[in-house]
Amino acid sequence: MKFALYLGCTVPVRAMNYELASRQTARKLGIEFVDVEAFTCCGYPARPLNWEAALLMAANNLALAEEQGLEICTLCSACTGTLAKANKQLQEDKALRERINQRLVETTGRTYGGTIGVRHYARILYEDVGVERLKEMVAEAETGMGDLSAFGFAAHYGCHYLKPADIYEGFDDPENPHTLGDLIEATGARLVPYEEEGECCGGGILAIDQEAALSIAKDKLDHVHVADADGMIVVCPFCDIMYEINQRSIERQFDVDYRLPVLYYPQLLGLALGFTAEEVGLKLNRVKARKLLQAFRKG
Amino acid sequence: MAKERPGIGEGRSPRQRASGPGEIVDVGRLDAGFRHEITAEPGGERFMRCFSCGTCVAGCPVAGTTAGRAWAEEYNPRRIIRMALLGMRQEVLSSKFVWMCSTCYTCYERCPQDVHIPEVMNAIRNIAVREGHIPEGFRLQAELLRDHGRLYEITGFENERRVEQGLPPIRERATDVHRILVRSGVVGSGEESEPGEGEP
Repeated sequence: MKFALYLGCTVPVRAMNYELASRQTARKLGIEFVDVEAFTCCGYPARPLNWEAALLMAANNLALAEEQGLEICTLCSACTGTLAKANKQLQEDKALRERINQRLVETTGRTYGGTIGVRHYARILYEDVGVERLKEMVAEAETGMGDLSAFGFAAHYGCHYLKPADIYEGFDDPENPHTLGDLIEATGARLVPYEEEGECCGGGILAIDQEAALSIAKDKLDHVHVADADGMIVVCPFCDIMYEINQRSIERQFDVDYRLPVLYYPQLLGLALGFTAEEVGLKLNRVKARKLLQAFRKG
Repeated sequence: MAKERPGIGEGRSPRQRASGPGEIVDVGRLDAGFRHEITAEPGGERFMRCFSCGTCVAGCPVAGTTAGRAWAEEYNPRRIIRMALLGMRQEVLSSKFVWMCSTCYTCYERCPQDVHIPEVMNAIRNIAVREGHIPEGFRLQAELLRDHGRLYEITGFENERRVEQGLPPIRERATDVHRILVRSGVVGSGEESEPGEGEP
């Protein structure tokens, strides 16, 4: 299992904990990540401005991975959606691919042949490693530390991990998803259900209407808060920005108190596989997961 | 009790604001070609299939959270599509609300007519941008992409932090994105700022 690791814009700057835990867990599971230096933004922020520029940016990244002969593994769900959609368009529409390749040669000197795939890391864990194998690995891991069965987590799938479903080849059900829940349970932790699990984080409109964006995020924090979870599990840095990095702003603006830890799934998996809290970047999390930090500290 | 709507000819002139609740639409100002303009734009192809059922509004997180605000700031995909179908070109293109779609794709999955609403919103935004209507936040993002190839600049500070965490440094490579964005006319070349090719 070898992939081109696509970090995107946000992860390498604002979610080093996510990147760290992803690299650690992949290594442990026998997944090799190759870093491609020339990767740039996926094109998502350019889509509202100019469809062709956005498609060219995506195609350029796809071409870079194709040069390496590697499938792309993404960490950000918005990158996943953007690259997977561009990939599907370019694979299915030959005339479009020719037009895009012509401009791509002129601007970056590359062409894309349509031969690679794009999948989110969590999807790769689910499909290629599998829940059963993860459970075995967790059982074998000599943690000598805390026991995750004492913890319960709420799964936040977010939007682009699942939707639009027509670009994800039948992976999971957008209205009633289960893969992230299954992955959480594979760590030995409890899955905590809550109201309106499918709700968006609001991150898509943060730059245009902060008040509306934060109020969308608040709804979910309210629902998870009353469900009494030890934390929320996310697989996208935008969702984390809304629920964790902006949690204090939401608490102030709406006069509420959550102090709800938000973890990236690979951080939770890492703890289950025997890494310490420090090794999965838990100290970098904005909202301190005190119970977990205590249970999974070194020594 | 429902708030009484202003009668025809009362209140604000319909020419000033032809699309508020209870206000009449001035047919003389409608642009019958707008629907075809949207249909011809990538992403807008299926837009005329809308039969106004409102499934999109029912599941929309932004509509849910902005309902009850002043109408102009409220996000309501059904109304936007209706306005566009009617040919209210200027009102739609200069509005803030076409920028309020969070692209969560809930409506995309549920729409019985497969209108692909988030793509329609992007098609309308692309037309709006060509006419000079671009929100400040989006313009700034485009400039960041042009100058750094990504939404966040990677400086020595970021790389120092990365190395501290045991992560490989990132080398900023902006040339490809710079060429793509400038050539597509999304942003000016920003002559004063050369694309960054930062050191690791």
